[in-house]
Amino acid sequence: MIKKSLICLSLLASFQCAAGSKLLGTAAVNHIEGSAGGGLTPWAVLSGYATDSEWGAATFMSSASVDDYALNAMGFALNYHDKLELSYAKLNFSIDAGLPDIDMDVFGAKYHAFGDVVYGDMPQISIGIQHKKVKDFTVPAAVGASDDAGTDLYISAAKAWLDGPFNRTFVVNLNARMSKANQIGLLGFGSAQDNGYKVSLEAAVALFVTRNLVIGTEYKQKKGHLAGLKEDDWHDVFVAYLVNKSLSITAAYIDLGDIAGASEQRGYYLSLQGAF
Amino acid sequence: MTIFKPKFLLFCLALALSGCQSKPQSLLYDALGADDGVKLIVEDFINEVLYDKRIAHQFNSTDLDNFHDKLVEQICQVSGGPCVYSGKEMKALHQDLNIDQRQFNAVVEALIKAMQNNNVDVATQNRLLNLLAPMHQDIITK
Repeated sequence: MIKKSLICLSLLASFQCAAGSKLLGTAAVNHIEGSAGGGLTPWAVLSGYATDSEWGAATFMSSASVDDYALNAMGFALNYHDKLELSYAKLNFSIDAGLPDIDMDVFGAKYHAFGDVVYGDMPQISIGIQHKKVKDFTVPAAVGASDDAGTDLYISAAKAWLDGPFNRTFVVNLNARMSKANQIGLLGFGSAQDNGYKVSLEAAVALFVTRNLVIGTEYKQKKGHLAGLKEDDWHDVFVAYLVNKSLSITAAYIDLGDIAGASEQRGYYLSLQGAF
Repeated sequence: MTIFKPKFLLFCLALALSGCQSKPQSLLYDALGADDGVKLIVEDFINEVLYDKRIAHQFNSTDLDNFHDKLVEQICQVSGGPCVYSGKEMKALHQDLNIDQRQFNAVVEALIKAMQNNNVDVATQNRLLNLLAPMHQDIITK
């Protein structure tokens, strides 16, 4: 399957002429839950290179490997007139300890409410919704989660400075999220003791070293609901190479902290994205 | 202990931002190659524009020599060179052309390509793009 996807992506790379008219990089890459973003967080920009008179789309494949777990994700996003993004991601979380894998579907929608990430003084503001469902509830139930599905809501603001520090284009994204998820939903939603929505913050900064090479870092605050199972904030430091509008490769060092009792989960992340 | 605490991020940000004020910059006009440089960039830009199906038709009835000269003047002026733009206001020039985001970005891409063809470094490209980007509000009419 990986081989097939690579062929597919290299085909996309050669069809760059079919790409939409957003400026290179302003479609971001796809975060693990499907929507346009960095690696761990969604950003206010929409996936795919559509402007206000075009359609766009993106597909991605990502893999994260930390000390005791692996997380694989694949999915796609559609962009209508740079106004509405619909996304789907399929996550597979595997546990070294021999427990069954956890599969999760994430259906997302993101609405570009106002502003533009590049032009004008206002940041680009988008609101997003993610419906997540865990397929096999065995492990989440065992750790005390009360639901196998949940819905996150977030508001996102992104602003680029074309001539930022070092005369490089600089992007900042901030999110506020309402969620009942435990470990983004991989360990289910809520718990018997603690079943309310919690607000958490996410931030990302990125710097375009060249038009094609982007470095950055992300921070994702996390608030779980499971008693006795500590949940840490997530961090990453990434490098993305945008071959062109159709193909990008992202590599990151990720720090996911404690997950389900296993401490200091750190490792690497690799993502391929095809877009137009 | 994890090394990527929020404090660390703030430190990175502060470090990055402090870079802005570190040294006085050369005149953008000189960085673009002064008179010769700007003329070459504008020539390439017009070629790129005429090659781009998204926008070429907008220039069907344009006097290209005049367009070239006026654009050279304008880039010379905004970049601090010894010129005064003698053309019409941006808004008056574009108001009947029905220009959308797609076409505006096509022009930005043509300018980036023209600068790349002339080996203008990314920092200089960004300085010029940043000065021209606010024209967005006068040019997009759709």
